[in-house]
Amino acid sequence: MSVLAINGLSVDLGGRSVLHDVTLEVGSGEFLGILGPNGAGKTTLLRAVLGLVVISSGTILLAGSPTGRDRSTIGYVPQRHEFSWDYPVSVSDAVATGRSARLGVWRRPRSADWEAVADAIDRVGLSRLATRPVGELSGGQRQRVLVARALAAEPDVLLLDEPYTGLDLPTQEELASLFGHLASEGRAVAMTTHDILGAVHGCDRLALIDRTLVASGPPSMLRNPEPWCETFKVAAGSPVLRILDGL
Amino acid sequence: MTVPLTDFVTDLLNPDLAFLQRALIITVIASVLCGIVGAHVVLRGMAFIGDAVAHAVFPGLAVAFVLQGSLLLGGVVAGVLTAMLVAVFSQNRRLREDSVIGVFLVASFALGLVVISRAPGYAGSLQQFLFGSITGIPARDVLTAALVAVGVLGVVAILHRQLVTVSLDREMARALGLATFRLDLVLYICVTLAVVVSLQTVGNILVLALLVTPAATARLLTDRLAVMMVLSPVFGVFAAIIGIYLSWSYDLPVGATIVLVLACAFIVVWFVAPRHGIVASRWVRRGRTARESDVGPDDPIPNTH
Repeated sequence: MSVLAINGLSVDLGGRSVLHDVTLEVGSGEFLGILGPNGAGKTTLLRAVLGLVVISSGTILLAGSPTGRDRSTIGYVPQRHEFSWDYPVSVSDAVATGRSARLGVWRRPRSADWEAVADAIDRVGLSRLATRPVGELSGGQRQRVLVARALAAEPDVLLLDEPYTGLDLPTQEELASLFGHLASEGRAVAMTTHDILGAVHGCDRLALIDRTLVASGPPSMLRNPEPWCETFKVAAGSPVLRILDGL
Repeated sequence: MTVPLTDFVTDLLNPDLAFLQRALIITVIASVLCGIVGAHVVLRGMAFIGDAVAHAVFPGLAVAFVLQGSLLLGGVVAGVLTAMLVAVFSQNRRLREDSVIGVFLVASFALGLVVISRAPGYAGSLQQFLFGSITGIPARDVLTAALVAVGVLGVVAILHRQLVTVSLDREMARALGLATFRLDLVLYICVTLAVVVSLQTVGNILVLALLVTPAATARLLTDRLAVMMVLSPVFGVFAAIIGIYLSWSYDLPVGATIVLVLACAFIVVWFVAPRHGIVASRWVRRGRTARESDVGPDDPIPNTH
């Protein structure tokens, strides 16, 4: 059964249709890549799942039940620029904020909470830097902090918003293998990205989005250049499409 | 003219000069409160909101003055009202928050001026409001200030984790289901209360310094929030005591003296802070360049697959 099921989702923002009739599922253990040009509605799709934008029609099911106020089973990794990196906190304190919602106002963190935090930091390979101030980290390490913060809440679904932006190739590859690993442990992982090559090689399944779902399927099923041309508005001879030859 | 420290202490204990003692106590309370609340203000980059709230309490003070009511209460009502107006009006995304603040900051200050101009003897009291005064603090205000401080610090402590989560990453906090709007409002109200408690000695114009300077100084010295929240009120209290002493000894305006002591501490720390100070970073940079030139070409290259 799919962990996250989006059915006929439409979103209007400021009277403008941003997403129309998107139907998409992510299963347990699956790493989904969401591709599309700027303004295609990729981030809006994630924000709709998180309940941060009002949906005008459609349903979003989490493990078979409609999403209510409690979205604690979703781990969200927003774009890096959303985070105040100059704030004086250590890696482990930043990761611990991922459990704020679970703890509420009154409960003090117990050993189980600290274990979840330490575990999350360990999963992303930052244990050695746990006490380091977040401001001193590199771009790739910062991205790992955000992933660990999402993992600290022990989510079933992980939503990653353009995690590769501004990172060099080796860092991207390390992250890709981390995300693949997190999926293989049974989580449903969905990632928006502009990195077609990385998505084609790293993800189990791709969704091409341009205000609506143009095509979806495993990379090997998306050899046909037509949906790619339609999504990215490129000509049939575009060099970008040569990536498909390798599939 | 100079009063030695021993004489200052004697004056503090002199029952005929009880106002001096009250001024010192209320300024110390205000410094602790502003130091801790100010840490949030500085880290969120909301110094402008602090300034707005400081101006916004003015019409409340003016109304309270005209009606002979409690200045603290009047200031709190006006400050909270303005904070709520700013929070509500800035929901309109066509205008940035700082523009909304700019509108209400000056408007409420103007309202205060109009109100107080109707009161007899307005020039003297206006100066006292704007620049602070060491005299004329009623004993009950000291108690009220202490209670307000305990209340605000309690709220800030209880909501600490939530406030930090929102300050770090608003988008994530909303995704986690935290009530970001309400948390903002609570923080604005805490800032308002800190400002109102500080007004009487430091004055309306200068109160921003108490909120921002100690926290900014502390930030230069540490990368840990907990340490910052200890250092910041310590700087504030230190400056308050030195400032009142200098003001008493040399007959200087009290608010301005405290602010100048704070500013001096900030400048000194800016130069000598161990990691972030200008001297230290020069030294580190020179050290690092020297070390890098020592490294040979056969230094291991990190494994990149």
